[in-house]
Order: sequence, then C-alpha cells, then structure tokens
Amino acid sequence: MDSHAVATGALYGYRNQKSSSTNNFFESSVTLETFLFYTLGAVSVGSALMMVTRRSPVMSALYLILNFFALGGLYLSLHAQFIAFIQILVYAGAIMVLFVFVIMLLNLGDEKKLNERFSWKKIVGAGLSFGVLMELIFVFAFSKANLPPSHFEKATDIGTVENIGMQLFTTFLFPFEVTSVLLLAAIVGAVVLAKKKLN
Amino acid sequence: MELQPYLLLSAITFVIGVVGVLSRRNAIIVFMSIELMLNSVNLSLVAFSAFLGDVTGQMLVFFAMTVAAAEAAIGLAIIISMFRNKQTVNIDDINILKW
Repeated sequence: MDSHAVATGALYGYRNQKSSSTNNFFESSVTLETFLFYTLGAVSVGSALMMVTRRSPVMSALYLILNFFALGGLYLSLHAQFIAFIQILVYAGAIMVLFVFVIMLLNLGDEKKLNERFSWKKIVGAGLSFGVLMELIFVFAFSKANLPPSHFEKATDIGTVENIGMQLFTTFLFPFEVTSVLLLAAIVGAVVLAKKKLN
Repeated sequence: MELQPYLLLSAITFVIGVVGVLSRRNAIIVFMSIELMLNSVNLSLVAFSAFLGDVTGQMLVFFAMTVAAAEAAIGLAIIISMFRNKQTVNIDDINILKW
C-alpha cells in the first residue's frame, strides 16, 4: 500500500513536500492541481478550437494529438494513472497514427476543392451548439444536485494498474472478454470494407 | 479542487466537438470531432470516478476507449471505400443513401 502510495502520489507528494517548506509559489493560494487544471484545460480547449477551425486535415490531426496529451495530463492529475497512459498509448499513439495514415493515403491535396462554404446551416448549427453549451453550464454550475462528499484527497490509489487489473479480471471479466470479440469483428470489418474487391 | 471545473471543461470540449461535426464538410475532420466528443465524456467519467472514489468510471473509460479504437478502424475503412468510389471526402457529395 505504501509503495504505490509513493508511486501514485508522485505528483501530490511533490505538492505536499513543497507546502511543508516555507515560501513557495504553490503554497500561497494556487495549489499544484489547480495550476495544472487551468494550464492543461487551456491547452485542451485551445487545441480543440484549432482542430475544428484548421483547413488542412493534417494540422487538425496534430492539434487533436495535442488535445489528447493535455487530457492525459488531466487524467494524471485526477489520480487515474492507468487511464492516462492508455490515453497516450491508444489515442495519441494508435488511433491518431491511423488517422494521419489515412489522410496521407487519400492525398486530399487542395482544400479549396472541398468547398467549405458559409451557409445558413452553419449558423443554425452554431446556435444549437451554443444552446447545448449554455444548458450544460447551467446544469453543472447552478444545479442543486446533492453530490456526495468528495473523496478526491483520500482515494488516491483507485487508478493504479494493480487496482484496475484486479477489477478488470474479477468484476468486469465478462465485458472484458466481450471486448475481444468486438475487436475481432472490427478487424474483419475493416479488412472487408477497405478491400478493393471482395473476391 | 472541485468537481465542477472538470465538468465545465468537459462540456466546453464536447460543444467544440459538436460544432466541428455540424459545420465541417471534410469527413475526416467530422470523424476527429466525434473522437473529441468521446474524449470529453471520458474526462467527465474520470472526474466523477476520482471524486466519488469509485473505480467503475475508469473501467467505463477503458471500455469506451476500446470501442473508440474499433470505431476508428471501421470508420476510416468506410471513408477509404467512399473515397475509392466517389473520389471525394466531402460529406455533402456523399448522399447515396439519401432517399
């Protein structure tokens, strides 16, 4: 327990260590996790905006990778170490390599040919999205939902590889096995769909 | 650190993904916006998991990532076969299923 408390709380150990010493930046009012949250959150939102607005699909893919790295950092600051590394490995590694590979393979060339024109549909879409955002902000910020007391400081070891693996092979064993069938179906489906001719 | 900022960040990223899906015409960028929306939901799941002290949210994120990987492979295969048939990835030109 203590060994992985050290391993899991490397981030937080640093903060605790620092806050025990006298004058430092994080002690005053900004804790390390608040600082990390706002930095990574700004990177995440900024890269998401850049991803949506770039004309070139390659630039979009690169900004999406940056967004995934920022999200990985946020997972790490939420004590979800395993999910953070899976995020980097599977999303930023495997899935985005697939995207970049397909972009290169299709060789889309000049983006002007896509004719991304301005239309009333976009205005309606932006208006609806803004409505959804306002609704979500209202629900999250002003709702009177009774959230249970926070376990954030206490439960620091739930996201370790040990704990996740234990849950995966006991409680979630059946979904885990079904996942392998899903991946097999995806492999077969991808091969069949991307093949030039079926016979 | 409170729970609300994480949920607000998740909401903002999700809506950026919605804007991407609704306003872009390039099928690959639409697809990447869908991945962005999946990720924002994952962030709120992990935040709830951390604040409730329950590992179930993280397990759900694990399975969501598996499904997203399968979905990316299939979706990109569909985009490739669409491009092979119509020489375009503009979703306005791909309307063969329109009745």
